[in-house]
Amino acid sequence: MTATQEPILTAADLAGHGVHGDDPDAQGKFGIFGGRYVPEALIPALDEVAAEYDRARNDPAFLREFDHLLRTYAGRPTTLTEVPRFAQHAGGARIVLKREDLTHTGAHKINNVLGQALLTKRLGKTRVIAETGAGQHGVATATAAALMGLECVIYMGAVDCERQALNVARMKLLGATVVPVTNGSQTLKDAINEAFRDWVTNVDRTHYLFGTIAGPHPFPEIVRDFARIIGVEARRQILELTGALPDAVCAAVGGGSNAIGIFHAFIEDSGVALHGYEAGGRGLETGEHALTLTAGSVGVLHGSRTYVLQDEEGQTIESHSISAGLDYPGVGPEHAWLKDSGRAVYHGITDAEAMEAFALLARTEGIIPAIESSHALAGALKLGRELGPEATVLVNLSGRGDKDMGTAMKYFDL
Amino acid sequence: MTTLQTVFAKAKADDRAALVGYLPAGFPTKDGAIAAAAAMVEAGCDVIEIGLPYSDPLMDGPTIQDAVHRALSNGTRIADVLRTVEGVAKTGAATLVMTYWNPIDRYGAERFARDLAGAGGVGTITPDLTPEEAGPWREASAAAGIDTVFLVAPSSTEERIKAVVECCTGFVYAASLMGVTGARESVGSAAQGLVERTRTHTDLPVCVGLGVGNGRQAAEVAAYADGVIVGSAFIRRLLDAADEPSGLAAVRELGAELAAGVRD
Repeated sequence: MTATQEPILTAADLAGHGVHGDDPDAQGKFGIFGGRYVPEALIPALDEVAAEYDRARNDPAFLREFDHLLRTYAGRPTTLTEVPRFAQHAGGARIVLKREDLTHTGAHKINNVLGQALLTKRLGKTRVIAETGAGQHGVATATAAALMGLECVIYMGAVDCERQALNVARMKLLGATVVPVTNGSQTLKDAINEAFRDWVTNVDRTHYLFGTIAGPHPFPEIVRDFARIIGVEARRQILELTGALPDAVCAAVGGGSNAIGIFHAFIEDSGVALHGYEAGGRGLETGEHALTLTAGSVGVLHGSRTYVLQDEEGQTIESHSISAGLDYPGVGPEHAWLKDSGRAVYHGITDAEAMEAFALLARTEGIIPAIESSHALAGALKLGRELGPEATVLVNLSGRGDKDMGTAMKYFDL
Repeated sequence: MTTLQTVFAKAKADDRAALVGYLPAGFPTKDGAIAAAAAMVEAGCDVIEIGLPYSDPLMDGPTIQDAVHRALSNGTRIADVLRTVEGVAKTGAATLVMTYWNPIDRYGAERFARDLAGAGGVGTITPDLTPEEAGPWREASAAAGIDTVFLVAPSSTEERIKAVVECCTGFVYAASLMGVTGARESVGSAAQGLVERTRTHTDLPVCVGLGVGNGRQAAEVAAYADGVIVGSAFIRRLLDAADEPSGLAAVRELGAELAAGVRD
């Protein structure tokens, strides 16, 4: 492929406000969503990050360095894989996977992390902190910290530490300190609270390497931009492969970074439907789910106005999903905006549907996906049947399933 | 109803700082919170901040997190917060609500301002509401006749301090250090400088919170601030007490020590 000889990422790919007509405004708002609802103490740090990011994305040296890391360290560009045997279960529609599972560390999270780790060095900070749910963002952050010689502390809910023990070990091996968070629901949302508490205390030498497109401005914009490489590549590749744009793009949505990463390049392609799949957990009616966009309401969580799972008095309702990475009661403000504008549609996939797709991809194609990504696969199965055999569906296979073997062993009694 | 303006004018006339105590509604129990706040007033607190327990208190340290968790486990709701305000306001202290923004946002800004004023509350402190997002709350509060207190921090630039104090009525809350709530060995050295910087932008009283836990620290802060805010140290006394009477006694004892401190 000749495309690989050119820069993976150009300045235009990280271009500033207005180029795509869908960047947040100066207050970090996507329509009514986003903004900053944080202690005043953090405002200068957020301003500093925003200003440095603005300089970085217009600096050819930064873009070259990021490009070099993506190519020689993360293993980009990642390939597309067409999965015809899997697609037989989707009414014969053509299904093509974007293989983010093949990146170094095994998930798309590495893209954002490498970008922000470079940003950390530009900020002159020596320590990074991060929250993690499934552990993939923690592993990616610990990896980048090891690579760049940064001190690294990862906050992870105690419940998640248990169900993702392998990733905890990986982070420790990489030299990170993993702090189990034992308050609240002991999952991702509480890990984020704890990371914010650390940040406000140690902000002078610490960058909060935020892992998803939620949180206060500028995180939703920065994380999205570093994840955009997924869609930038996939759009070129699918045109090469099929000669046309896909009918639909599918991605799993927890906080929403892998989804926005692949969606973004297609937003202006009005013929391409964008489908996000949230964790339906045990089902909407059971109340045990993470259907933030599907069943939540507008509120403020973790510094951003967005859809939130909350009760009538604004208390956050604990989410549930078999996949730790989707177990989050908030969602990135840009998805809230895409939902309300109608440009993207969001659906729920239950634990059972996701696990069925997880096993199906393994048996039909020899690819073990992350349970998070399996939600998008399950969505593609449904969508393929609706669209029929003429359709092409592009799915973001956001990560690999090695980390999920414990859950799979229990679920399938392996 | 005692207003913040009355409190600070009186403290100034007495040539001392005001003492502000914090306690979440519903902690240790719904009625226990009213009793504990009354004990704080009796011991010398001029202003009481009633915390609205919230599921994601990302600015709070372990002590307040613990208390808030217990309050939520007790089933504390906004109606209970308003009842607590009503009970505490009757003691004669100026009574505020301290809350993260989302519960007000969800309840409805106008409705919350109206109901708080109706319960005898004199205002709110909203630690995660910045000037950029504060417009609707300032309007609702002004309409209901209650004060709006916002925070400045040691990291705040002159420009930010100016923007924050323009949104404040009643007083300005100066966070003494970069960090979360909780008593500490010493109050941040940045606090005095922050108070002085804040004074160049406003004539409002400036109160210092975060890290103050004993009479010595209260006296130290009272030397340069208009008010001293204490939360976690009161909560610690209640958490460590064997039963309710001994908890109230411990709260009274701490309150008296702090009240002496602000008069030093």
